[in-house]
Amino acid sequence: MRYAMAVDTKKCVGCSDCVVACQTENHVPIGYCRDWVVEVTDGTYPQLEIELRSERCNHCNNSPCVRCCPTGASHYSEGGIVLVTPNECIGCGACIASCPYDARYPHPDGYVDKCTFCIHRIKKGLKPACVAVCPTRCMYFGDLDDPKSEVSEVLKRRKHKTLIPEAGTSPQLYFLI
Amino acid sequence: MKEELIISGRMNDPIDPVLHIWSWEIPLYLFFGGLAAGILFFAALYVIQGKENQFPTAVRKAPILTPVLLIAGLLALFIDLHHKAYFWQLYTNIKLQSPMSWGAWTLMVVTPLSLIWAALSLKEFIPNWDWKLPWLIAFEAWCRKQLLSIAWLTLLFASILGIYTGILFSAFNARPLWNTSILGPLFLTSGLSTGAATIMLMSKDPAERKTFARIDLLLIAIELFLIVHMFMGFMASTQVQIDAARLFLGGEYTAPFWVFVVGMGLVVPAFLEVLELRKKHIPVVVPALLVLFGGIMMRFIIAYAGQASRWLY
Ligand code: SF4
Ligand code: SF4
Repeated sequence: MRYAMAVDTKKCVGCSDCVVACQTENHVPIGYCRDWVVEVTDGTYPQLEIELRSERCNHCNNSPCVRCCPTGASHYSEGGIVLVTPNECIGCGACIASCPYDARYPHPDGYVDKCTFCIHRIKKGLKPACVAVCPTRCMYFGDLDDPKSEVSEVLKRRKHKTLIPEAGTSPQLYFLI
Repeated sequence: MKEELIISGRMNDPIDPVLHIWSWEIPLYLFFGGLAAGILFFAALYVIQGKENQFPTAVRKAPILTPVLLIAGLLALFIDLHHKAYFWQLYTNIKLQSPMSWGAWTLMVVTPLSLIWAALSLKEFIPNWDWKLPWLIAFEAWCRKQLLSIAWLTLLFASILGIYTGILFSAFNARPLWNTSILGPLFLTSGLSTGAATIMLMSKDPAERKTFARIDLLLIAIELFLIVHMFMGFMASTQVQIDAARLFLGGEYTAPFWVFVVGMGLVVPAFLEVLELRKKHIPVVVPALLVLFGGIMMRFIIAYAGQASRWLY
């Protein structure tokens, strides 16, 4: 099993509903976020192009954050989801420094926090909160090892990319372009 | 003109706008660790070479500082932890791929070794020191008998500690400025150099001071060579590393790096040491303090500038 997510940059309107849904679902402390929207404007005026991306932890296959954690608090869970166990985390910040996507932040309670792909919802057969709430239905979630899953289907159909694959982390958050 | 504008909705403290998860604690921890490693390295080296009497300060006096330095370093590391109550987790796990982990374990070996060296040098400072407890007296006698083995062990672990202070940074590929294997040898050399400077400061024997001025000169030359190499490597690498090097070549860390680290910390003390070796009268405190200052600045500037360097996407 290999969980992954695909985000359609052509459908996203940048409303940030996914951000609010995550903050509510996961009780993210005020002032922090586990997912966020990036707007990239690119080109020569007046030929400008905008790409909107809902970003979060990439649940990398080769995660530097797991590798450099001195206690094993950062670990791979089922389906390759990268998680932090708060009671094992000493808050040293090594994983924060090691993530090329800056996807982690120190929770005010001391441990390090980040996107969990809403593993508690997946276990109940639900989709991650951001995917479920998106008004344009621009996100797809599922198991890459299952060729019939939503995410496998859409990745077969559409051109896609990952962010800075050259950083060598093998990210599992795909952007449809 | 082709332009690219990136706007992110993320504003997590202390990640955005520029990462600053590590402030003064980690560079100070690395400085104290490197300095202690340097002092222990020389003490062990001269015991192994059987030159205790030629270098009395290096072998019998300077090591008294090392447990203080290591404990101060560990304290700084502890202050840096955000989830302090779980500190013990560091010592219930061994994760070989995590530099934080094997650094913490190396300190677990080096700190007791440094305590032995400090205990053996106590009588230099307090001639009628008495351990009172018979087992402590027996332990001291045993350590003196085993000094050679202890010295070999110390030499090994002091080198690991010295290299570790650089590897801690260079293991992070997410921060292009840190992601160079030169940092290990550079921090080791700098640690040895600050150790030599401390011995120079403490020594009253002109011959010993002169030898350490020579050693320090060599170490400074190696550091300069490594720094040039580091920039050559960056400039011949990918765009992210070219951008990282530019932080020091025109970017915001240019002046502090070249003035404090290279100028005041390496070139000026090297120049003064050359003058001293040429029999000009230079008070030894000046180059020694400059080397220590340069060592601290190097760790601080690399720690901060590294966090300012990043991948762009
Ligand atoms: S995106 Fe960052 S935090 Fe998430 S798995 Fe990859 S390296 Fe770790
Ligand atoms: S902050 Fe916590 S999760 Fe991150 S590396 Fe340190 S112990 Fe591991």
